[in-house]
Amino acid sequence: MDILTQQLINGLVLGSIYALVALGYTMVYGILELINFAHGEVTMFGAMICLAVIGAFAGSGADMHGAIIVLFGLLAAIAVCVGLGFVIERVAYRPLRRAPRLAALITAIGVSIVLQNLAMLIWGKQYISFPPLLPLVRYEFGGAVITNLQIFIMILSCLLMAGLLLLIKRTRLGRAMRATAQAQDIAGLMGINVNTIISLTFIIGAALAAIAGVMVSAYYGLAHYYMGFMLGLKAFTAAVLGGIGNIAGAMLGGLLLGVIESLGAGYIGTLTGGFLGSHYQDVFAFFVLILVLVIRPSGLLGERVVERA
Amino acid sequence: MTERWQKLRHDHRVVWLVYIALAMLLVALPFLTGAALGRGWVRILDFTLLYVMLALGLNIVVGYAGLLDLGYIAFYAVGAYLYALLASPHFGLHLPFWALLPMGAGIAGLFGILLGAPTLRLRGDYLAIVTLGFGEIIRIFLNNLNAPINITNGPQGVNLIDPIAFGGFSFSQTHTFFGASFPGIYTYYYLFLALALLIIFVSLRLQNSRIGRAWVAIREDEVAAEAMGINTRNIKLLAFAMGASFAGISGGLFAGFQGFISPESFNLFESIIVLCMIVLGGMGNIAGVILGAVLLTIFPEALRYIGDLQSYLFGHIVVDAADLRMLIFGLALVLIMVFRPAGLLPSVRRRHEFGSDASVLAQEQASLYDTRR
Repeated sequence: MDILTQQLINGLVLGSIYALVALGYTMVYGILELINFAHGEVTMFGAMICLAVIGAFAGSGADMHGAIIVLFGLLAAIAVCVGLGFVIERVAYRPLRRAPRLAALITAIGVSIVLQNLAMLIWGKQYISFPPLLPLVRYEFGGAVITNLQIFIMILSCLLMAGLLLLIKRTRLGRAMRATAQAQDIAGLMGINVNTIISLTFIIGAALAAIAGVMVSAYYGLAHYYMGFMLGLKAFTAAVLGGIGNIAGAMLGGLLLGVIESLGAGYIGTLTGGFLGSHYQDVFAFFVLILVLVIRPSGLLGERVVERA
Repeated sequence: MTERWQKLRHDHRVVWLVYIALAMLLVALPFLTGAALGRGWVRILDFTLLYVMLALGLNIVVGYAGLLDLGYIAFYAVGAYLYALLASPHFGLHLPFWALLPMGAGIAGLFGILLGAPTLRLRGDYLAIVTLGFGEIIRIFLNNLNAPINITNGPQGVNLIDPIAFGGFSFSQTHTFFGASFPGIYTYYYLFLALALLIIFVSLRLQNSRIGRAWVAIREDEVAAEAMGINTRNIKLLAFAMGASFAGISGGLFAGFQGFISPESFNLFESIIVLCMIVLGGMGNIAGVILGAVLLTIFPEALRYIGDLQSYLFGHIVVDAADLRMLIFGLALVLIMVFRPAGLLPSVRRRHEFGSDASVLAQEQASLYDTRR
């Protein structure tokens, strides 16, 4: 029982990080129908920038509270990632907006390769560890252990997601974003500056990615130039699981994928009678994804696409 | 100028001369490359041909039938592992090459159907993520199936795979014909060339066949295609199976050529690179796909010379070449796509799809009023 609770907690923490990254994928997809492959790399940049800033503070010997240093790192990461998201859209995706969709997919892959190698050139190939700036407190909870960092991650991502939902459902900007997603040309005729809306979508997604990147590196205590790839892949899977283009779907998909993964890692051995070990957790996640899509071809919350008559 | 060019293109003698020159160049290529750039580059040529075969297979799935497949390398892995397990000391089996190659094609094709069948209802990017997941599942299984029963030997991979041999003729040894010595990588080149030509021929014939037209119809509008009496389920499955079997063949060749395989060779990045080859070269167009495969195999290798260029320009190596080359590779991908969104050599049909492009419009106008037609 306590193992189950523990795995659930771990899964929810991991899942809320996935959800934050998945939001970036799904927002861009909703508007441009483009898989922004570079999004995972933006997340990685967030983690790396934060660590660089933290390293700089530690080097300067300033006497400050750990949380404040991390906060500075987080702000710097958000700033850089927002700029990155903006530039990526301008340089790589805007010229291709009327081109075949696969062309934009290839530029997205190209940007992802560039960012990855840029990070490798700047920060090197080795793992960078997150310094123990935050005092870790463990709480006993029904036989399972939960740390203050885990609680913080979950609360912060819930707040961010709630904020995003409010932004999209309640504000003028959100309405403009929804209109652009529905029909770009008509939204333009209604006086919405479509280019600005698309830029803003990338910026919001990048900011969320930066926060998620810092969370991941703080949670695992590590960052690496290659970390964005797998994280991006998982987040994209989560977005598809929930129904890509659907904001609430991305959140649900992220949380579900996180829980499925950690439950899979914990129980796959018992389920298969010891034949498959916990290193099959990714297989488990992808298998569930395929199963869900076979039953519901447009994801859990995705709208059914009406076929052209 | 263009008129003369058109005339030349329709002159059969000129066309034959070009073909003969091309054939001679292809025959002489390993020797020319070997003499000019060294043996290492002949090896790269061999890999180029393998990638040409792979890309042509993926072209059937993505280019013709329009099914976005991001896990294509899994079929390559199936072909390679089949060859490796049945022709190596790992199980003590040493089946002959001529039996393994069709078997690789068949089993990979079967896997293609296995992937295709549950995903028939999925469209576009949903299909992409499922194929991606499928590719990862295959790779993870290859990586972990060393326990409790050792089937794939896990991350260490399979070693000492039999080289490709035909009768008593081993492709890995040095042979002497007509007084010239042919090292292993040279004979492999000719084998791969022959098989690549075969695959090109099959692709060409498929393109204009009933099946090929059915694929294009499905790509353009599935509902309309079905209304026209095309059995979309079978035709889509056929595309998956056909593409996969090409990959199975090249996978088997890869295993025999390399002598060693591990799951690392079949990661998602490889799938993505093969997709880049066909999109960059010009999807659906065989010449474009070949060009894309050649460019994307040669270019990253050529970028290894950046180190030499740096020491020539600055007197010392500023940034390590190995670190820089993938950066330039990514930049090149972005630039090519931004400036030629339909690929380097787009297929005729795709060129027409670019209705908004002014130059294409002008071309169509010109052909509309062309009185000679």
